[in-house]
Amino acid sequence: MLQEESDLSLIIAQIVQKLKGSSLYGQLERQAWASLQRPEIKLESLKEDIKEFFKISGWEKKLQNAVYSELSVFPLPSHPAAPPEHLKEPLVYMRKAQGSWEKRILKSLNSMCTELSIPLARKRPVGEQKELLNKWNEMGTDEPDLSLFRPVYAPKDFLEVLINLRNPNYENGDSLSFRTHLGLIQVPLKVKDIPELLTFSELFENEHVRIGQKVLAEQDSAAAQQYIRQGSPTALRAELWALILNISSQPEDILYYEQLKTNVIQHDLLVDSLIYKDVKLTASNDDYYFVFEDYLYQVLLCFSRDTSVLDHFAYNSASPPKSYIRGKLGLEEYAVFYPPNGVIPFHGFSMYVAPLCFLYHEPSKLYQIFREMYVRFFFRLHSISSHPSGIVSLCLLFETLLQTYLPQLFYHLREIGAQPLRISFKWMVRAFSGYLATDQLLLLWDRILGYNSLEILAVLAAAVFAFRAVNLMEVTSLAAAEAVLADLSTLKVMPLLQIFLFATVT
Amino acid sequence: MSRVSVPCHVKGTVALQVGDVRTSHGRPGVLVIDVSFPSIAPFQLQEIMFKNYYTAFLSIRVRQHTSMHTPAKWVTCLRNYCLMPDPHSEEGAQEYVSLFKHQMLCDMAKVLELRLILRQPSPLWLSFTVEELQIYQQGPKSPSMTFPKWLSHPVPCEQPVPLLEGLPDPSRVSSEVQQMWALTEMIRASHTSARIGRFDVDGCYDLNLLSYT
Repeated sequence: MLQEESDLSLIIAQIVQKLKGSSLYGQLERQAWASLQRPEIKLESLKEDIKEFFKISGWEKKLQNAVYSELSVFPLPSHPAAPPEHLKEPLVYMRKAQGSWEKRILKSLNSMCTELSIPLARKRPVGEQKELLNKWNEMGTDEPDLSLFRPVYAPKDFLEVLINLRNPNYENGDSLSFRTHLGLIQVPLKVKDIPELLTFSELFENEHVRIGQKVLAEQDSAAAQQYIRQGSPTALRAELWALILNISSQPEDILYYEQLKTNVIQHDLLVDSLIYKDVKLTASNDDYYFVFEDYLYQVLLCFSRDTSVLDHFAYNSASPPKSYIRGKLGLEEYAVFYPPNGVIPFHGFSMYVAPLCFLYHEPSKLYQIFREMYVRFFFRLHSISSHPSGIVSLCLLFETLLQTYLPQLFYHLREIGAQPLRISFKWMVRAFSGYLATDQLLLLWDRILGYNSLEILAVLAAAVFAFRAVNLMEVTSLAAAEAVLADLSTLKVMPLLQIFLFATVT
Repeated sequence: MSRVSVPCHVKGTVALQVGDVRTSHGRPGVLVIDVSFPSIAPFQLQEIMFKNYYTAFLSIRVRQHTSMHTPAKWVTCLRNYCLMPDPHSEEGAQEYVSLFKHQMLCDMAKVLELRLILRQPSPLWLSFTVEELQIYQQGPKSPSMTFPKWLSHPVPCEQPVPLLEGLPDPSRVSSEVQQMWALTEMIRASHTSARIGRFDVDGCYDLNLLSYT
């Protein structure tokens, strides 16, 4: 009992601390001050009367949503003796692997910097600033020479690192044992089995739209998250996602975005070129997303300057790259993070933003939604951790499902040198963006929000293989297998999941 | 509540195995760690804290000080406490754990020695143990102070002064003032962890290459 109580008070203290820095806190304070004019607020029962006022006026609900949001994002406080790195990632060998991977990325970026003689950051001269401000809404028309830039890494480089991940305390011998895993991932993380995954296939029934409107009217985050597990009607989706992610566009949020835009105008960063290159290579070539090219620059360039993103590194196994102001190497007062948000984009990164452009057209709102999606979900897809929604667990879940429920297919593909993960990895790292049709992708992302987990990506990947099993059994090479699975644009997500979870298993 | 670390001596781990250790192929699945407390009188145990390293189940036996006539016996105070829900997978393998006296099967009033019995039934791990073992006893209660007599034994209330016309009730005013004071103290004590938002140092963001730490 004592332990639970002290855990609870620790969680409460952490959430209070976090919320005190939010704009909601300022708003609540202002509301409380204003309420003093009201006749029902009496001095001797000040606290109780204000609480009652908050309840009636809907401010309590806003606070509840904010608390719910914090609970969803922040992991439960760990043991008081656990150091901060334990909260980022409890397993020592995974932390080390992430550290080595990060070092490789930094080396790659540094060598790009020295080879091309381009500084990591440069203050723009006034003329250039004016020019950029004028073209802010049409940065896509720019055709800078990006031929010398190359992405810092691509998903397949990251896959190689994951394949080589080993626990030094694990029996990694060649002899077959009851636990021999025939896939590429060789770390013994706990993954769910089908009975625990069945909830992912819930479909909505008749009253769904009406219930959705009611949920929106109530402005209740928790209810919205529960509701969206069955998918969202198209018309309600933008509002529902904003409610679940606890995004409300306040004037200060729009101001914050404008400040980020100013930062982009003032400083030019090397990562900007990486972003340009990525957008040109991926989203601009996509039939669905090329129209949003300008939005993508407006979001991603600002994202790189946003220091509030640094907060998520408390629970991300990754760490932001560090540097010093020129000439002040080693002096902590001159230590800075690079880029300011600590996130180095990789090949395909812009695809995390692209689907959101269908839902949000106002740049600052689009920005907020993307940022929240990144610090809640997407960061897990490109860092090494033992978290159940981390990419390592997703890979292992995918391979385990396939090996357990489609053993013939798995064995066949392995025999012809087409390990299934080599094909599905890129789908999962991008959360299927750019592979599924947009309406299907949004139904998938509904479930990610609803279940607060990325595991559905692994289940869908397995379901896709199951769906095309007959064709895959006939191929005799990796290239042929890739060809069978090249086009996912006609697939319907929910029927596929249902077939896999219910029919394949029995 | 307060707690005080008890210096302990952790004896080397002993593996329990059937048959000859040299010739058998399997790895031991049971380890025993003895913890003694030299130069400390029998104490009341408050908390045991450690960092797990791939131990699946933990049992603890305790030997306590008894009255002169009966010899001290080993008693199990924790039986098969699960540290890893699935012994074959990583969950719980490297977690920090605290065990409190209310979780123990017996009273831990006069502890002399502890014996930790670690079990890891899965053959997949090369080794297992517990690390950073710390034992805590109950800390001292807040020291008792002697108050001046007039503070601890206030004079019984005199006849209340009759209320003056037009002025508010003094007890009501005093309670309101107390409330306001408490609220202002709370606000003064609070601080936020919000970031300022600047990424540069005094307007400068001219960087060296990235550092490898």
